[in-house]
Amino acid sequence: MPVVDRQEWDVVVVGAGGAGLRAAIEARERGARTAVICKSLFGKAHTVMAEGGIAAAMANANEHDTWQTHFRDTMRGGKFLNQWRMAELHAREAPQRVWELETWGALFDRTKDGRISQRNFGGHEYPRLAHVGDRTGLELIRTLQQRIVALQQQDFADTGDHEWGLKVFQECTVTRVLKDGGPDGGRVSGVFAYDRETGRFFVLQAPAVVLATGGIGKSFKVTSNSWEYTGDGHALALLAGAPLLNMEFVQFHPTGMVWPPSVKGILVTESVRGDGGVLRNAAGERFMFDYVPDVFKDKYAESEREADGWYDDPDHHRRPPELLPRDEVARAINAEVKAGRGSPHGGVFLDVSTRMPAEVIRRRLPSMYHQFKELADVDITAEPMEVGPTCHYVMGGIAVDSDTAAARGVPGLYAAGEVAGGMHGSNRLGGNSLSDLLVFGRRAGRHAAEYARALAQERPRVNGAQVELASAEALRPFSAAAEGEAGPPENPYTLHQELQQTMNDLVGIIRREGEMEQALHKLAELRLRAGRIGVEGHRQFNPGWHLALDLRNMLLVSECVARAALERTESRGGHTREDYPGMDRSWRNVNLLCALAEHPQGRIRLTRETTAPLRPDLLALFEKEELAKYLTDEELEGGLSA
Amino acid sequence: MSGYEARFRVWRGDQEGGGLRDFTVQVNEGEVVLDIVHRIQATQAPDLAVRWNCKAGKCGSCSAEINGRPRLMCMTRMSVFDRAETVTITPLRAFPVIRDLVTDVSFNYEKAREIPSFVPPAGLGPGEYRMFQEDVDRSQEFRKCIECFLCQSICHVVRDHEENKQAFAGPRFLMRVAELDMHPLDAAAESGLDRKRTAQEEHGLGYCNITKCCTEVCPESIRITDNALIPLKERAVDRKYDPLVWLGSKIRRRPS
Repeated sequence: MPVVDRQEWDVVVVGAGGAGLRAAIEARERGARTAVICKSLFGKAHTVMAEGGIAAAMANANEHDTWQTHFRDTMRGGKFLNQWRMAELHAREAPQRVWELETWGALFDRTKDGRISQRNFGGHEYPRLAHVGDRTGLELIRTLQQRIVALQQQDFADTGDHEWGLKVFQECTVTRVLKDGGPDGGRVSGVFAYDRETGRFFVLQAPAVVLATGGIGKSFKVTSNSWEYTGDGHALALLAGAPLLNMEFVQFHPTGMVWPPSVKGILVTESVRGDGGVLRNAAGERFMFDYVPDVFKDKYAESEREADGWYDDPDHHRRPPELLPRDEVARAINAEVKAGRGSPHGGVFLDVSTRMPAEVIRRRLPSMYHQFKELADVDITAEPMEVGPTCHYVMGGIAVDSDTAAARGVPGLYAAGEVAGGMHGSNRLGGNSLSDLLVFGRRAGRHAAEYARALAQERPRVNGAQVELASAEALRPFSAAAEGEAGPPENPYTLHQELQQTMNDLVGIIRREGEMEQALHKLAELRLRAGRIGVEGHRQFNPGWHLALDLRNMLLVSECVARAALERTESRGGHTREDYPGMDRSWRNVNLLCALAEHPQGRIRLTRETTAPLRPDLLALFEKEELAKYLTDEELEGGLSA
Repeated sequence: MSGYEARFRVWRGDQEGGGLRDFTVQVNEGEVVLDIVHRIQATQAPDLAVRWNCKAGKCGSCSAEINGRPRLMCMTRMSVFDRAETVTITPLRAFPVIRDLVTDVSFNYEKAREIPSFVPPAGLGPGEYRMFQEDVDRSQEFRKCIECFLCQSICHVVRDHEENKQAFAGPRFLMRVAELDMHPLDAAAESGLDRKRTAQEEHGLGYCNITKCCTEVCPESIRITDNALIPLKERAVDRKYDPLVWLGSKIRRRPS
């Protein structure tokens, strides 16, 4: 076995999107020597694709906004399954996290009096999203990237080495979190990674590892997610012995492009609706009025006139139903298409052209204008867009402690951002992702740094046998042909396509028991075939090999999604069962945990746990009538008398 | 429009050398060059190295030269080419090849570190910043940059003159200096840092002779030359005479 290069750091952050960079900044500012590892180039992470904004109750656009209102909206959006302490911390801390970005050079769009402008978004009671046109994610990632450069410049001034205290290992992939004990025990001791460019393996030894790898969308065929979204952090946590929470909740964003086929799934920002865009079916009807569910009936307009009045006079009109939470809008679009009222390419129409002057559209939605013009030959100032649901975000993720972002069950492991579960319950509101990244990225970085400092004298040791196993695992695809196992070598691209088709067709936006069972059979078959994946060429920048290694993660995570979705016999947020169409109050306080456990049918076992009851002062933020729609009678009794 | 078979020539190789390889590939309606490269990967050359990420023109990863012009592969539609035309894809010319279409762009990250960062104004805490939209517009235009480095690759100052890389930050990072210089609250001057002077003396602004190649290839349509480089030259001019500023003021269309 070749010698694997080893380096020592205090904190290793896996992922360089918003959460990872914010964690790294915090850890470094608290004195921890911090390494960031990312699969792409520095500054290219999926966060750049976030368009709409960062939700934070700064009350710049509407003075009535408070953290309590933001908390309430978040819980409603998540159908009360949210890990409520996370939702509370998020709502309280988000404004501070946004303001801090300005001190690092961010330039948000402004209000007339020079403060940060805030825009409307689905599920948010007030205009709440700090934004820069429709490229907010780019501003966020660039600001954090530039903050990291600023810290490196400080280190250079002090030590002569830019990378003394904070180093980005770009285009590197982590395949294993290492521990000082066996597979079931012990503390984090580092990570095993390979450099994509050279194919060389290396180990970063560190007592604390923050997973900030984002989501899982590349397991689905139609998705707004980039190639990096292969569920790496989810799988790394599982393999290290940490459970995943509520993986059945996958958000299908209602508006992805549907035409031409090669761009199917690319996101069309919710800002289009926030700024006045409306959804119409083939008959020209604004169909969303027919899809307002009971729990939201009193908050949404019943007529076009009332809805249109809201944009200018929100205090005396109810919100347009186009701004319902994403799960509701996605299901409505799906239903319209299924009923034969869809657009020519199987979506519905999203129109701003009749709602705003062309000049305003180009100013407020520049990326959308550009995207449709360049990729679809559609001028959105003159004609409607065609849109349909696209896999966008996973609410499920690593089970974490709300305050510290520590993963359950593995000392030294932390998780923040999309890879962490709980915060968004069964459905995330638009704008709550970027704020989540900042709030919990910072918390993860802080606690990881503190944990690492406490272990300064007795660092967990890297177990050499684990390094050898990881190395053999990563090299296996090169020897598939020679091994001559129970079948011919498999092509990783073919397996990936079959996986995406399976998840899309059988565990997609509307789910049925029989189909999910079928999906689990197919996943078992794919897992067997994945054992025979063979790749050509050598280790230097070899995308076939990279995909082969990512497939392990996608298959694990897909099994989690399918198993949990089969188990939860109700419909809630991002999980819709055709055979159990109603939301069931008795499922409201049930978390489904996925853990690694080899058994004849697969590698994942589920357990149920009851969630902690909401703290009474948070419960008191809601009217009793509203709570009665979500909580069981016993919970209601117990909660309100507490 | 139905599908057709297109002819592609793709550069394959590494630091040691390489050459153009021919591929005949299926093209379907609405596809972009990156789709075709992916199809070559999936069906003919699984180890063909290419960088990409968002496939929506937002991350700036899939930069390459298509028929000799630096472009994003994800934003170049196949419909811009004649069906009979052979499409040639080569790696960005100004940077060393790693493998196939992937180049070593570390030059850009080194230059980024040489630009002094935003200096927050003393006495203003988080939440106390007040700026007006008309005052942030200019810097916001530059912050649309997705760091695809097409401008860095096309700029003739470094494209054919490796030796200039040491002294020249390139359009992207000179624009970064302009962005900070125009930031309404940047307190560099108060801290003793003269961004205009450093643009000229430390980042090689004087090498730029405003041929506007950078502006032409920018996928975000940022007016790099007119709105960033020329104003920066003008701001630097009272520090140091630069004949090109005079020229620039004659050929520039848009008043600052």
